[in-house]
Amino acid sequence: MNLSVHLPGLSLQNPILPASGCFGFGREYSQFYDLNKLGAITIKAATGETRFGNTTPRVAETSSGMLNAIGLQNPGVEKIISDEIPFLEQYSTPILANVAGSTEEEYEYVAKTLSDSGKVSALELNISCPNVKEGGIQFGTDPTLAASLTKKVKDISDVPVYVKLSPNTSDIKEMAIAVEAAGADGLSMINTLVGMKIDIGTGEPILSNHTGGLSGPAIKPIAIRMIYEVSQVVNIPIIGMGGVTCKEDVLEFLLAGASAVAVGTANFRNPLICPELIDALPELLDQYAYSSIEECIGRSWKNARESAPFSRS
Amino acid sequence: MLTKEDLIIVENKQIAKDTYEMKLTGEVVQFMTEPGQFLHVQVGDGWEHALRRPLSIANVERDNVSVVYKVIGFGTEWLAKQPEGQKINVLAPLGNGFPYKDVKNQHVLLIGGGVGVPPLYYLARKLKDQGNTITTVLGFQSKDAIFYEEKFQELGHCHIATDDGSYGTKGFVTDVVKQNAFSVEKYFSCGPTPMLKAVIQSMSIPGYISLEERMGCGVGACFACVCEANNDIDVKGYRKICQDGPVFSAKEVVLS
Repeated sequence: MNLSVHLPGLSLQNPILPASGCFGFGREYSQFYDLNKLGAITIKAATGETRFGNTTPRVAETSSGMLNAIGLQNPGVEKIISDEIPFLEQYSTPILANVAGSTEEEYEYVAKTLSDSGKVSALELNISCPNVKEGGIQFGTDPTLAASLTKKVKDISDVPVYVKLSPNTSDIKEMAIAVEAAGADGLSMINTLVGMKIDIGTGEPILSNHTGGLSGPAIKPIAIRMIYEVSQVVNIPIIGMGGVTCKEDVLEFLLAGASAVAVGTANFRNPLICPELIDALPELLDQYAYSSIEECIGRSWKNARESAPFSRS
Repeated sequence: MLTKEDLIIVENKQIAKDTYEMKLTGEVVQFMTEPGQFLHVQVGDGWEHALRRPLSIANVERDNVSVVYKVIGFGTEWLAKQPEGQKINVLAPLGNGFPYKDVKNQHVLLIGGGVGVPPLYYLARKLKDQGNTITTVLGFQSKDAIFYEEKFQELGHCHIATDDGSYGTKGFVTDVVKQNAFSVEKYFSCGPTPMLKAVIQSMSIPGYISLEERMGCGVGACFACVCEANNDIDVKGYRKICQDGPVFSAKEVVLS
């Protein structure tokens, strides 16, 4: 079974990659398996300077999911390049580097520094982190700002740029169309949904940041719906994510319109989830008579068009 | 030897109010040699509970590891209902334990509070084996919450404090420490953060503390469980409790 997928800048031997922020910079999970197995590795968000993030508690469990408000803690882009990425260079797995910032200038600086390092295959523009006061989500909810930022980052980057979209918007299609027009090479979707959990003992929100990003299986139907909608209105590939926990989920994301599938929260519960999914995919695809990943992508709506020609004008 | 394994429940019984002790057995138990390390325990079937629960190693005897947990929510309620013979998935052993190996023939003070008490028991056994004299001060909310008193008594003097005065000294562990002026050379402590802060302030000798925090991955990848590093000695800003700890030198971190 051929599991390979070829996306701008990312030649994936299989469609599975860990999602940004759920895999650190790879070291921890390399204790459990050979990272060469992965389709790609998305590393934790980089900002211009060191960020300490939010105070704790930073996570809370919810039904079939979790809230997090880490707040983009990271050592800064330069230290990531000097201290973290060299570890990953022992693997042949492509690196997708998540880029964050408070201002357009910071995004541009981080993107340029990562691109110039020659050590990453593509950038993932994080315009959807719900847990920082400045930057992040403000770019992710305004199509004009998102397009402007995408264009600026595209202009200074030598590697392809994927834009990570927020589900915390009234029309994600509009955002997707805007960043595609601005030159985005691909999309990552979805980031977490803003949520809250209150401790009924203290009467106060559990997270010190009060709100956090909801992830896990609880958000999967939203991710599927959004990928289904967006994949029909853009011509750039989508890296799908949001609550993937099993091989059936991977296939569902592909059918919705994703070309590759990222695994986030499930890594915390099962550190071996990514290689287990990769190993399980061929048999599942075979079971449903698919002979390649390509064949699955967007099948949910492509099928409908073919079988119901009068439903569209 | 970090492992993901299904351990088998050998015993799961209530030992105090809302407090349970679970004994588990499996291959990975042989690697649980460091007191202060922890197990990241999967709770529930399916995906209702997305996150594992970090539980400190309370003791290792033969092929069995003991953990102690308090029932405070749906996850720990599920844990309390699991019968003998049931399999429980764990990641273990995780984190860095108490630095006890060079502590020999000294008088050592152990200070524990509530469900922070368990890791001190395995530590006390190790310290005792190395010729140390052990004095323990344990704090609980009330008499019905007390556990492991006899076990600690077997290893040395054990003082109990309760918040409501229903047993032992009325007040906090730090009240017991002040009243007794123990002549000790080193201390080890685990318990709620306010207790640890008070302990650190009241002690002038070297000490080590074990911290508790809500965790995500348990292995250092998600940056959920961090604490502030003492910037006078370290400029990295934060420590990850699961990976750099959960045990730290009392000087290494700043508790908030």
